[in-house]
Amino acid sequence: MKTFLKLSTLAAALCLTCLAQAQGGAPVKVGFMLPYTGTYASLGNMIENGFKLYVQEQGGKLGGREIQYFKVDDESEPSKATDNVGKLIKRDQVDVLVGTVHSGVALAMAKAAKESNTLLIIPNAGADAITGAMCGANIVRSSFSNWQPAFAMGKVAAEKGAKKAITITWNYAAGAESVRGFTEAFEKGGGKVVKDLNLPFPGVEFQALLTEIAAQKPDAVYAFFAGGGAVKFVKDYAAAGLNKSIPLYGPGFLTDGTLEAQGAAAQGMLTTLHYADNLDTPRNNAFRKNFALTYKSQADVYAVQGYDAAQILSAGLTAVKGDLSKRDALTAAMHKVVVDSPRGKFTISPAGNPVQDIYLREAKGNNNEVRGVAVKALADPARGCKL
Amino acid sequence: MDLPTFLVQCLNAVQYGLLLFLVASGLTLIFGIMGVINLAHGSFYMIGAYMAFALAPYFGDWFIAKLLVGVLLSALFGYVLEWVFFSFLYQREHLQQVLMTYALILVFEEARSLLVGNDVHGVATPEWLAGGFQLGGLMSYPWYRVFASLACIVVALGLYFVVNRTRLGMMIRAGASNRDMARGLGLNIKMLYRVVFAGGVALAALAGMIAAPLSSVYPGMGGSVLIICFVVVVIGGIGSITGALIASLLVGFVDTFGKVFFAEYSGVGVYLLMAVILVWRPEGLMKRAY
Repeated sequence: MKTFLKLSTLAAALCLTCLAQAQGGAPVKVGFMLPYTGTYASLGNMIENGFKLYVQEQGGKLGGREIQYFKVDDESEPSKATDNVGKLIKRDQVDVLVGTVHSGVALAMAKAAKESNTLLIIPNAGADAITGAMCGANIVRSSFSNWQPAFAMGKVAAEKGAKKAITITWNYAAGAESVRGFTEAFEKGGGKVVKDLNLPFPGVEFQALLTEIAAQKPDAVYAFFAGGGAVKFVKDYAAAGLNKSIPLYGPGFLTDGTLEAQGAAAQGMLTTLHYADNLDTPRNNAFRKNFALTYKSQADVYAVQGYDAAQILSAGLTAVKGDLSKRDALTAAMHKVVVDSPRGKFTISPAGNPVQDIYLREAKGNNNEVRGVAVKALADPARGCKL
Repeated sequence: MDLPTFLVQCLNAVQYGLLLFLVASGLTLIFGIMGVINLAHGSFYMIGAYMAFALAPYFGDWFIAKLLVGVLLSALFGYVLEWVFFSFLYQREHLQQVLMTYALILVFEEARSLLVGNDVHGVATPEWLAGGFQLGGLMSYPWYRVFASLACIVVALGLYFVVNRTRLGMMIRAGASNRDMARGLGLNIKMLYRVVFAGGVALAALAGMIAAPLSSVYPGMGGSVLIICFVVVVIGGIGSITGALIASLLVGFVDTFGKVFFAEYSGVGVYLLMAVILVWRPEGLMKRAY
């Protein structure tokens, strides 16, 4: 009797799975390769939560298929990136890779995704090359390229009448890309970048460089720093009294998530980014309310990027009705989508980067408040992309 | 570069060098006198900085009182740490010391993450040190940086006095030059080491507390300090306080002017300096000259 019971439950269980398969096939495997430890841990969690929120809003299914999640902690460590991405591609055999924050790791992921022809959606890393020289039909980014906010800031700085500017950043790829974007727009607008200052990543001893800025007396300073470095630079800049005479500009990363620590030093600073927390649109308000209800925490730009990554995947899967074998139609749909993002509607360029409005924001209290659109529908030039 | 700018840059270099000295002096004491390679030294700096952040609400503008309480707490912490962990390390080889102190780094970082989280926090400058004075046209120099430099000088003088002019200093020097002989003469070496270690931890934590309003507090802040401190200790000569002072100032100048004149290669300057000095004097500038 016991054996019979066991057998019948087994048969029932088997039949349930066969039923599920008949209805929509096995779930689509989504592999998160994100930082879950270290400095960027909170960013990784925000991206994952944003992604899952969208899937949950769709009733747990995209394109009619269940979603199964796999997770690997990339530790923001480029040297382990190839091994880590291999775990998702080879061991878990995921259909879609989602990741990551750190540009160096993301470049390794893009390389692995191209070699194995796995779909890759990048929810943060801004390295220009990902949708430039390394672009591929199977790679889409839901965030930004380093060039984008920098270019917008250069335009704004030139429009404000600055003629002479100095740039300052860490001596690494993201900083150099950001400075290039700023310089391009600023010089197009009639200004001139007279000096590029930099220091080794992630050094925070700025005093000597601030003295150099004071000696050169430019009309504007463009800085690219993030996290602890951003806090310290903005505070040192104010402590040196430079903020009274020379406006400090930067991409949104200079003041996003750091305003509380920067305090009075950051007040009134102008930055450019593709999102602002208090963007007062019905879409953004609805998204933020739902996020707060689900996770009991406030959404930020990273959550938005994760959310939109899921939207882009959803567009692809819906177009092929969940049939992953129709790869060309799927990637084509992912590039043709108009994403109804909390940041505002945006499209995807042929190279796979968002074509989006870049907002001009001003630091007020603990908020980056929108002061208008710096550049409408800004597309990354995708230099070196042969698609 | 005109003269005023040059002088301001010199001031920057001295100020950076002095702060480095404060961290490195503790490291050179522990490394030179007790013979322990203490990779966790950067963590003590980090703990000091976070202590400045955590204690701030209780002290308000009683900044000096906060520093004193912080130093006391960290000395106590160092005392216990030596007793529980480091006292077992003296007879062991360097590899085991490195492994254990590296493990401590991981433990401290994780504890920090659990207790305070991974956000960057600012630490307010005390009201009476806010603002600055005008320096050459556009720039003003914050009073707090002046205070930080003065505090470092006071500690340096105090350290010199303790090591060279007091009975405790004599015992430290005796214990460092010949451990067994000093014990044979009736010195309580165990207690002595415990005190030296506590002092080293307190120095690093004090440096962290003084630096906190300047640098803000953030995850992994100990790591970057640790490397540059080892550079200072190696250049100065292991165990030498005077050497550490000279080396810190040298590193301060090379780093500051390297950034201004050779921006692209500024990261290399300090290590180039170390290489040149080690070729010239393989044991560092001041080998065991207390």
